[in-house]
Amino acid sequence: MGRYVLRRLIISIPTLLGISVVIFAILAFAPGDPLSQFANNPEVPFEVREQVRRSLGLDQPVQLRYVSWVTSLLRGDLGYSFASKLPVSELILQRLPATLAVLGSAYLIGLLIALPVGILSAVKRYSFFDHFATTATFIGFSVPSFFTGLILIVIFSVHLRWFPFIYDSTIETQDLESLWRQIRQTIMPVAVLTFFYAATMARYVRAEILENLPQDYVRTARAKGLRERILLQRHVLRNSLIPVVTLLALGLPHIFTGAVITEQIFAVPGIGHLLILSIVNADTPVVMGVTFIFAVLVVAFNLLADVCYAALDPRIRYS
Amino acid sequence: MAATSVRVAAPAYTALARAPRSLWGDAWRQFRRHRLAMAGLGTLGFLVLATLVGPFVYTQPTDGIDFSRTLRGPSWAHPFGTDNLGRDLLARCLYGGKISIAVGVMAVTVAMSVGTFVGAVSGFFRRADGPLMRLTDMFISLPSLPLLLLVIMLFRDSLRGLLGPIIGIFVLIVLVVGLLNWMGTARLVRAAFLSLKQRDFVIAAHAVGCPDGRIVVRHILPNALAPVLVAATIGVGAAIITESSLSFLGLGFPPDEPTWGRLLYDAQAFIDIAPHFALFPGLLISLTVLSINYVGDGLRDALDPRRLT
Repeated sequence: MGRYVLRRLIISIPTLLGISVVIFAILAFAPGDPLSQFANNPEVPFEVREQVRRSLGLDQPVQLRYVSWVTSLLRGDLGYSFASKLPVSELILQRLPATLAVLGSAYLIGLLIALPVGILSAVKRYSFFDHFATTATFIGFSVPSFFTGLILIVIFSVHLRWFPFIYDSTIETQDLESLWRQIRQTIMPVAVLTFFYAATMARYVRAEILENLPQDYVRTARAKGLRERILLQRHVLRNSLIPVVTLLALGLPHIFTGAVITEQIFAVPGIGHLLILSIVNADTPVVMGVTFIFAVLVVAFNLLADVCYAALDPRIRYS
Repeated sequence: MAATSVRVAAPAYTALARAPRSLWGDAWRQFRRHRLAMAGLGTLGFLVLATLVGPFVYTQPTDGIDFSRTLRGPSWAHPFGTDNLGRDLLARCLYGGKISIAVGVMAVTVAMSVGTFVGAVSGFFRRADGPLMRLTDMFISLPSLPLLLLVIMLFRDSLRGLLGPIIGIFVLIVLVVGLLNWMGTARLVRAAFLSLKQRDFVIAAHAVGCPDGRIVVRHILPNALAPVLVAATIGVGAAIITESSLSFLGLGFPPDEPTWGRLLYDAQAFIDIAPHFALFPGLLISLTVLSINYVGDGLRDALDPRRLT
């Protein structure tokens, strides 16, 4: 097991390097001058601009720039934001908790909804509940999250006035009242994401259980008189959830997409919001940093999923 | 579909006279039993037809700015109401829908071509398999939305200069969405190729001296197309959502091109006073994607050999 984890870790290094090459290449071969925003600024004379260019190493050939970018990445140095002059890593660290809190709670609630719904609709296939649940999951992953968000805003903020529609990042949790306000403003962004995640996951769970139910081991277990409940819990569920783990990890890039959009609608100060902001401001170092952080998160979660997969299923050993 | 009616009329005696059944004929028969998929196909057909023919029937201008009728709700004169500049929303939805659907279809065409090519090469030529699958794995780990935004931010202006404001951004979005979404298809095609390669008919083709390229195109590929078709159908829905997301973030099509996502982006500011402005384009996106997903689901069932009766 330990060796497998190590192997898997080593394999993910070239993946990350590949991703860094892609991101760097896109920027390096993009038309336009990364310092063009200084070109339009009358307060920055030509000489200063060239000096900035040299200090950033932009006069060097591409390969050298890539190597120096990667080595500073390894040191955790993502450069400085053009707009705020703060280190990119600091900006990202500031905003990561908000993103992970919203994503994490939505993921958890989504899973808690999806598991029972998926199991029940697989076991009672073609029942009224199954039709209802299947329709709901279809709607859940067909309706884009920005539209769900806008509908929630119209209903709960404009008409019912239950929740605020802009996230207030200045709220500090000190007492029960501010805690309540904090929770109230997170409900809608979390709900939008939960709806989407729960729909996706319930579909996977249902499909996997349906895949397992007609198998021989299930019939054997039934034949020896095992109660249906135990059969589901001990045999079917365990086998079905193994592929679900991988599917969930593979869907992760999409989950970040949803997060970017949700943060944009509700103005949640997370890294998705930071990404859009810096794209609008043409703040290249931040865009690069955030994109790379997203990639690292995806690779890390994939790694975690693979390790879980090997731990859950003793039949699987990649030698 | 004579076969079905014949079977209903007299199943036993005419069995020999029945027209030969093909894979696609069987699939269509199976597909028609999936009621929701048929409903999806109907809705989708209607929406596509509406965006193609609609502008000729419903002749309100898409850019008829009129400040005396801004943000009106639905009425007989303007069935979907008007936007913040008094333009007719139905006309804009019809016009924009054509672009949204076209982006979806074109992007999937790109994705399927690349995916089928990569999958076929890595499934057929053992030597290419390792590196190509490594590449596929790397692409799967790429964070697609940030990269999309990055590429569009960097290349938008130069492509706009090269091909004009609308075609430039159209080509850019189609290419980037396509090139970031071929990985699933590549894996499906590779898996199909790996199993088909061992079949007797392929070995026979080798034995009679059929060249590799011909084996791939004529013998293996047609048998590997079913899962690709399902993936392509669902991919169109995903690509429409991606395009709408980009436009919704204000980074897709320019403001004068009212794609559904762009309309939602414009509507966002007026959500409290004119919810209809957001409702109609949003409903259209959702309805289109929902129908596409149901069609994909029906196709999956219809093409699954285990369920053929």
